[in-house]
Amino acid sequence: MNIVVCVKQVPDTTEIRIDPVKNTLIRQGVPSIMNPFDKNALEEALQLKEQYGGAVTVISMGPEQAKATLREALSMGADKAYLVTDRSFGGSDTYATSYILAKVIEKLGPFDVILGGKQAIDGDTGQTAPSIAEHLGIARLTHVLSIKIEGNKCIVEREIEEGVEIVEAKLPILCTATKETNKPRYATIKGKIDSLKAEIENITLADLPDIDVTKIGLKGSPTRVKSTFTPKRQSCCEMLEIINPRETARMLFGKLADAKIL
Amino acid sequence: MSLLYTDEQKALIALVKEMAENEIKPHVQELDEKGECPKDLFKWAFDMGLHMLEIPEEYGGTGLSYETTAMIFEELAKVDAGYAITLVTTFVALRNVILSGTPEQGKYFADIIGKGNFAAFALTEPNAGSDPAALRGTAVKDGDDYILNAAKTFITNGEIAALFVGFFKTDPAAGHKGISAFIVDADAAGITIGKHENKMGLRLSNTTDVTFENVRVPASSMVGPEGSGFKLALNALNLSRAFVATMAVGIMQRALDESVKYAKERKQFGQPIIKFQMVQQMLADMAIKTEASRVLVNNTMRMMDNGSLVRKEGSITKTFVSDCAQEVTSNAVQIFGGYGYSKEYPVEKLMRDCKIFQIFEGANQIQRLTIANELEREYK
Amino acid sequence: MDLKQYQDVWVFVECFQGQPKDVGFELLGQGRLLADALKQKLCAVVIGKDVDEGIKGATAYGADIIYAVQGNEYANYSSDAYGYAFLELCARYHPNTILIGATANGRDLGSKLAICLNTGLTADCTALSVEEETGNVVWERPAFGGNLYARILCSETRPQMGTVRPGAFKKPEKFQNRQPVMIREVIHTKEEDILTKVIDFIKANDEAGVKLEEAEYIVSGGRGLKGPENFAMLQELADLLGGTVGASRASVDAGWIPQTKQVGQTGKTVSPKVYIACGISGAVQHLAGMTESDTIIAINKDATAPIFDVADYGIVGDVFEMVPAMIKEIRVSRNLN
Repeated sequence: MNIVVCVKQVPDTTEIRIDPVKNTLIRQGVPSIMNPFDKNALEEALQLKEQYGGAVTVISMGPEQAKATLREALSMGADKAYLVTDRSFGGSDTYATSYILAKVIEKLGPFDVILGGKQAIDGDTGQTAPSIAEHLGIARLTHVLSIKIEGNKCIVEREIEEGVEIVEAKLPILCTATKETNKPRYATIKGKIDSLKAEIENITLADLPDIDVTKIGLKGSPTRVKSTFTPKRQSCCEMLEIINPRETARMLFGKLADAKIL
Repeated sequence: MSLLYTDEQKALIALVKEMAENEIKPHVQELDEKGECPKDLFKWAFDMGLHMLEIPEEYGGTGLSYETTAMIFEELAKVDAGYAITLVTTFVALRNVILSGTPEQGKYFADIIGKGNFAAFALTEPNAGSDPAALRGTAVKDGDDYILNAAKTFITNGEIAALFVGFFKTDPAAGHKGISAFIVDADAAGITIGKHENKMGLRLSNTTDVTFENVRVPASSMVGPEGSGFKLALNALNLSRAFVATMAVGIMQRALDESVKYAKERKQFGQPIIKFQMVQQMLADMAIKTEASRVLVNNTMRMMDNGSLVRKEGSITKTFVSDCAQEVTSNAVQIFGGYGYSKEYPVEKLMRDCKIFQIFEGANQIQRLTIANELEREYK
Repeated sequence: MDLKQYQDVWVFVECFQGQPKDVGFELLGQGRLLADALKQKLCAVVIGKDVDEGIKGATAYGADIIYAVQGNEYANYSSDAYGYAFLELCARYHPNTILIGATANGRDLGSKLAICLNTGLTADCTALSVEEETGNVVWERPAFGGNLYARILCSETRPQMGTVRPGAFKKPEKFQNRQPVMIREVIHTKEEDILTKVIDFIKANDEAGVKLEEAEYIVSGGRGLKGPENFAMLQELADLLGGTVGASRASVDAGWIPQTKQVGQTGKTVSPKVYIACGISGAVQHLAGMTESDTIIAINKDATAPIFDVADYGIVGDVFEMVPAMIKEIRVSRNLN
C-alpha cells in the first residue's frame, strides 16, 4: 500500500489577533502548525499502513520553514517527506496549487491512496484536495470517516450533511479527512528526536520537467485577490445592567418585545 | 526559564506539554476528587515512551540523559505530579534492576514494562520507614526457591504494578546488611493488595498496602548478591530523590504561572493586585525559589549523568526544593485569597500535592542528617 | 477567450434524494442580484433521479430558466456523474457565473468543474457584487479564521465560480405563478465512468429539535459554561424559544458537545433571528459564523470580551444566573409554572 499525504503549514488561526489601531493582522509571534485536518489525514494514512503494510510519504508545498511541519509528520511515523518549493510556485491559487501537487504526486507515485485534510484553516477553501484528484483523473471522496481496503477496491464511509454514505471505489483514490475521522496520535519521544535529524528533500520546478508553466504561480492562477480588509466591528451594543438576574431578564425580553424581535 | 535548553530539549518539552495539557489536564480535577487514575489515561505516556525515557536503547528505552528526562518530567508534573510519579516509580525500579541485576533480569523487567506496565518498590513497612534496617519481612531459602513474607505499606503503584522490586531480610539478625532485593511478579500466589490510601495529595498516584504471604519465587529472582538489598535501596532512593525534586519544581512553576495570571486579572481597589508591592514581593520570592530549585535539580541531574552517586547533592536538592515548594504553593493560595482555598481553582491542589515531597524518599529531617554526616566525613 | 460568449448566472439547486436543499434557494436570491447587475438571466441547474421538487423550488425562488438533467445514475451524488452532466450543460450553454452551495458535495463538484473548465473558483463567499466596468463578480470571503476578508476576482476566464455556505444568506421571498423557461437536457453518464458508487446510506440521527442552520433561535454555549452538563439549561431555553443549541469551538474541542453543533469558521454558518451567546468570548472564528444573525444577545462575565462588539444586547454577568433567570421569566410570562 503506497500512500501519500498532502499537508500544509498554517498559522494557528486561533492565535491571530488584529492590531486595533492599524486594523491589520498581527502575524508576528503566531505559531505555525500542521493544518489540523491534515493531521487527521496523516493519522488515517498511518493506520492504513499499520493495517495493510506499505509506506507513507508526506508532501507539503511552501517555503523552507514548512519543513517543520514535515518533520512533525515524520515524528508521528511518516516514512518520507518532501518539500515542494520554488519561487515560481508562489502566489498559486487552489487551481495552480492542485496542479503542482498533482505533478509531484505523479513524479513520486504511483500511489494507491492519496490523503489530505478536508480544508486548511487559513484558506478554508476545501478545494485543493479534490482538485488534485481531478488533475490526476482519479476517484475522490471528501469528508471520509473510515477507509477499508479490499483488493483493488476500497469501502469508504463518507460524511455528508444528511448522514453517512457507504461508498465503494476503485483504487487509486483521493480522500479527505475531518476531525471525526480519527484522533491523531502524538509523536513518540524517539520519533521526535529522529525527525529533528531527518533529511528532507526539496522538489523544485526543475524536478518537474513536464509541468505546464502557464498553469503555475500567480500567472497560472485564474483567481486573484483584489483587496483584503479586516472586518470592522462597530459596537452598537446596548449593555443591560444587572440589577438582579430576573429583573435583567425581564428588561431584556421587554426590549426584544418592543423591537418586535420576540 | 532559567536553563539553557537545546533545540531538541525544547521540542521534547513542547511535545509532552501538548499531550499533557490536551489529554491529562481535563481529567485532573475529577480524578483528584476521586483519588484514582485509570490505566487508560497512561496510554498516552506509554505510547510516547515516557515510562522508559532514560532506559538504554538496548532495553527498549529511549536512552535520554537524566537531564533531559528531568525536563520532561517537570513539564508533566505541571499538569499532575501524581501522574508523573507513577511513571517515575516505574522507571526508577527498572533502572535499578538494570544497574544491580543480571542482564537477563534487566531484559525480563524491561520487556514487561516496555509493553505498557507499571512497577513498584516494596520497601516500607509499618515499623520501617526512615529506618529500613528495622524491616521485618523475610525471605527464607527453600530448595531452589525463596519464600517471601512481609506486610508492606505506602507502596506507590501497589495496586497497578505488574512487577515489584521487594525488599526482605534474608538474614533477620544482620540489620541492614541482611536485606536482599527480589523481583516478584504481581500475580504471584500469596500477594494481596490492601486498602488504597486516601491521601491528602498526589491523589492520581496509586498507594496501597501489599502483603506477601508465603510467596514463592525462584532464587534467580534475587537482584544482586545476598545482603546487597540495602545498597540497592539507597541507590534507588538517590535516583528517585532527584526525580521527585524535578516534579516539585513542576508544581512550583505551575503555582507561579497560575498566581501571576491571577494577579494580573484580579482587580481590587481599582487595579490589578499585581500592582501591589506586597503581592509583587510574594511573586518575586516565588520566582526566585522556583528558578533556584530548577537550577539545583539540573545540576544534580548532570552530575548523575556523569556517574556521580549524588549522595549528598541528592539530599540537598530534595530538601531545598521540597521546602521551597511548600512555601511557593502556600503563597499561591494566599495570592488567590478566598478563591485559593476553593477546589474550583487549581492552587489548593498544588499545596496538597507538594506536602508529601518533604516526607517521602526520606523525610527532610533524615536528609539533613545525611547531609550533616556527609559533611562530617568530608571535613575529616 | 471571448468573455462575452458567456452569459447568465447559474445556481446549482442541489437535491438530496429528490429534495432540494435550502442553500440553493438562498443562492437564487443572491443570483438574482448578480443577474440583474449583469443584465443577464438567472438560471437554476437541477440534476437528479427525481427533479420535480428541485424544479418547483427553483420556480418559486425566481429562476428565469431551469436546466434539468434526469437519470438513474444521478440518484446519489458522485463527482463523476454530476460533474459530467454539469460540464455538458456548460458546453452547451456557456454560463457566465456559477454559484454552488458549499456543502460536502457542492465543494467537491465546484472543484471538479473549475479544473475541467480551467477557471477560478472562490470558496465560502459571504458577499457577492458585480464590478460594473468589467462585469467581474467580486467574491468576498473570510480567511485566517475570519480575521481577514479578501475580495477575489476571476477576470480572465469564464465561467466565474464561487461556493457559498449554507445559512450565509437568507432565502428570498417566494414568487407566485412564475413561468420559467424549462429546458430538459438528456445527458447520461456511462456506468464505467463513475468511479465511486454509493452502496449504502445511514441517515444521521436527527437530534430532537431544529437543525442548526435552519433554526430561528439559537442559544450557544462556550468555554464559560465550564462543563457538558451545563448545556442542559441552554437546551431548556432553546426549547422554550422553539430553537436549538449551538456551541463555540472551545466547548466542542473540550468534548462537551458534538462538532455538529459548532458555529464558526470550521463549523456552521448561521443567521437566525436571535442568537444568544452564553459564555462565549467571541473569537473571530466564532464571529465569522454568526454575525449575520438578526439580533445577537451576549452574556459574558468579561466586559471586554469581543462578543460584545457584535452584540445588539449585552449583559455582563454570570451565565449560571442569567440563563436560569431567562428561563424562569419565559415560563412565568407563559404561565408555564
